[in-house]
Amino acid sequence: MARYLLARLSGVVLILVLVCLFTFTVFFVLSPDPAVQICGKNCNPELIERIRGNLGLDEPLFTQFTTFLGGLFAGRAYGTGEGAVECAAPCLGYSFQSSQPVWEMITERLPVTVTVAVGAAVLWLLAGVVGGLVGALRQGTWWDRGAMVIALSGLSIPNYVFALVLQYVLVVELEWLPFPQAVTLADDPALWFQSYLMPWIVLAFAYASVYARLTRANVIDTLEENFVRTARAKGLPRGQVIRRHALRPALTPVATIFGMDFAGLLGGALITEKVFGINGVGKMTADAIGRNDQPVIMGVTLLAAAFVVVGNVVVDLVYTALDPRVRLTVA
Amino acid sequence: MTTPLLEVQDLTIAFPTPGGGSAEVVSELGFALPPGGSLGIVGESGSGKSMTSLAVMGLLPKGARLAGRIRLAGEDIAGLPDRRMRAIRGDRIAMVFQDPLSSLNPYYAVGFQIEEAYRAHRPRATRREARRVAVEAMERVHIPDAARRAGHYPHQFSGGMRQRVMIAIALSTEPDLLIADEPTTALDVTVQAQILALLREIRRDTGTGLVLITHDLAVVSEMVDDVVVMRAGRCVEHAPVARLFSDPQHAYTRALLDAVPRLDDEVGELRTVRAAAPDTPREGER
Ligand SMILES: Nc1ncnc2c1ncn2[C@@H]1O[C@H](COP(=O)(O)OP(=O)(O)OP(=O)(O)O)[C@@H](O)[C@H]1O
Ligand SMILES: [Mg+2]
Repeated sequence: MARYLLARLSGVVLILVLVCLFTFTVFFVLSPDPAVQICGKNCNPELIERIRGNLGLDEPLFTQFTTFLGGLFAGRAYGTGEGAVECAAPCLGYSFQSSQPVWEMITERLPVTVTVAVGAAVLWLLAGVVGGLVGALRQGTWWDRGAMVIALSGLSIPNYVFALVLQYVLVVELEWLPFPQAVTLADDPALWFQSYLMPWIVLAFAYASVYARLTRANVIDTLEENFVRTARAKGLPRGQVIRRHALRPALTPVATIFGMDFAGLLGGALITEKVFGINGVGKMTADAIGRNDQPVIMGVTLLAAAFVVVGNVVVDLVYTALDPRVRLTVA
Repeated sequence: MTTPLLEVQDLTIAFPTPGGGSAEVVSELGFALPPGGSLGIVGESGSGKSMTSLAVMGLLPKGARLAGRIRLAGEDIAGLPDRRMRAIRGDRIAMVFQDPLSSLNPYYAVGFQIEEAYRAHRPRATRREARRVAVEAMERVHIPDAARRAGHYPHQFSGGMRQRVMIAIALSTEPDLLIADEPTTALDVTVQAQILALLREIRRDTGTGLVLITHDLAVVSEMVDDVVVMRAGRCVEHAPVARLFSDPQHAYTRALLDAVPRLDDEVGELRTVRAAAPDTPREGER
């Protein structure tokens, strides 16, 4: 177990370094010169040179990359002498726009994004699994058809369209909900809930559709298994046959894709956060993309990659706990 | 005459066909089994053997229509509502299936799967009591180191051991009737012989009735008193096993017998039934 974890974690580090290399290439080698962008209106060649010096852009690319990696793990300094700025680890650089440290910008907004992700996840798991289960157990009935039509629309309606329609109907027309506001759970629980409800629903809808279809297919397949027939042959009540013998095998794969989806969402839900004006990592990223704020985009990319890679390891560990046939092996 | 343990009369099982008609897979089948008796059902693939056993268990696939009577100790259980059938299944009639690997749930330890069968019919049994019964059942089917092995998962057992687990599940409730549907087909030859020996031993010790389903006449010869030979859903011959071997009445039975490899068969060639059964309906052709 310890050996396995060690092997997996070194794999994680290796992948993250590769992701760093990739993002670094995209943002510093292939993109337009950041110094020109920072320079702004009153720009002259001298100023550009100074900025380049401060950012270390005049160094060879390889040195730039190792400095970047070093900053990530040990911190680094921008510039030299009097005007040097100390950037503590994990250093992701400074926003071109606001000059705030990117790491700080992310950690400030992460709780909001986590709230969005957790709420949506609860909702989509419930709706997806229950919907899929109803479809499977009432196969061919109007329940089944209804659930699957809803699931299909969840897959085909674009996220932002659904978000806008929902907002228009619930907030503007019916006035059931207030405009989403930035409150904390502690300050005003009711308003907090109402503010997050629409983003949760919008995000959950798309995911729930996928999960409902997957759950339905898995449960139908599992009910055909010979071991389900054995369970019935024992004289077990139908509820137990389904819960114990059909659901556990059918939902194990659902649990694993859930891990990946959830990890992906922690990197921010760009469109949903933007549409509802929720100040999370996703909206920050969307704004940064609009303004070509490279350090921010790069920082979020790395963060999202880290979540997914670590999520992958967690999923594998959970899977071994769920399925006795799976062994931990160092590939 | 005592009441038979199992009596099947005019059993007919049909499936609806896409065209709106229906296809009979078992037709007017009848046989009886005295308490503690044993019966072999023999026939080629698709002849309706499994459907017959599933009908007795009340586990026919969705859409199957059933007519006729199935009496268990005199009580007609054909078409009993599932709730009532559940009390009988696994308690008074237990079943062992063909493929032990897929018939055991890979997610649960085998001990638990045996306990579960016991507790389904002994709602007041404690977990400890159920565990004790499970380990005893595993010992009875000669699984070595039963107490420890109870905690292992199906994939950690060999094919023969898995089938022993299946038999332990069936035995845990001390059923009056054991139905074994091709219990040895998925196993290799030496293991087959061991499992058959185990079934004989269990019958001798517990006096449970046995319905043994197989497509292999060689298997039934040492296992059962009577044999029903089925073909295309119908009984073509029903006789005590000795007479079936010495004096088969039906051409199809003779063909089946010819297909049994014998030790004195110098050439060692396997004859097939095909030549003698030219018009056997195949799946989907009816
Ligand atoms: N769900 C179903 N719908 C329609 N026909 C079916 C269904 N299940 C089985 N059958 C048909 O019933 C017939 C009898 O099947 P059964 O499984 O009883 O045969 P068997 O004698 O057990 O054969 P085998 O030796 O292959 O196990 C077959 O022709 C099969 O195609
Ligand atoms: Mg069969």
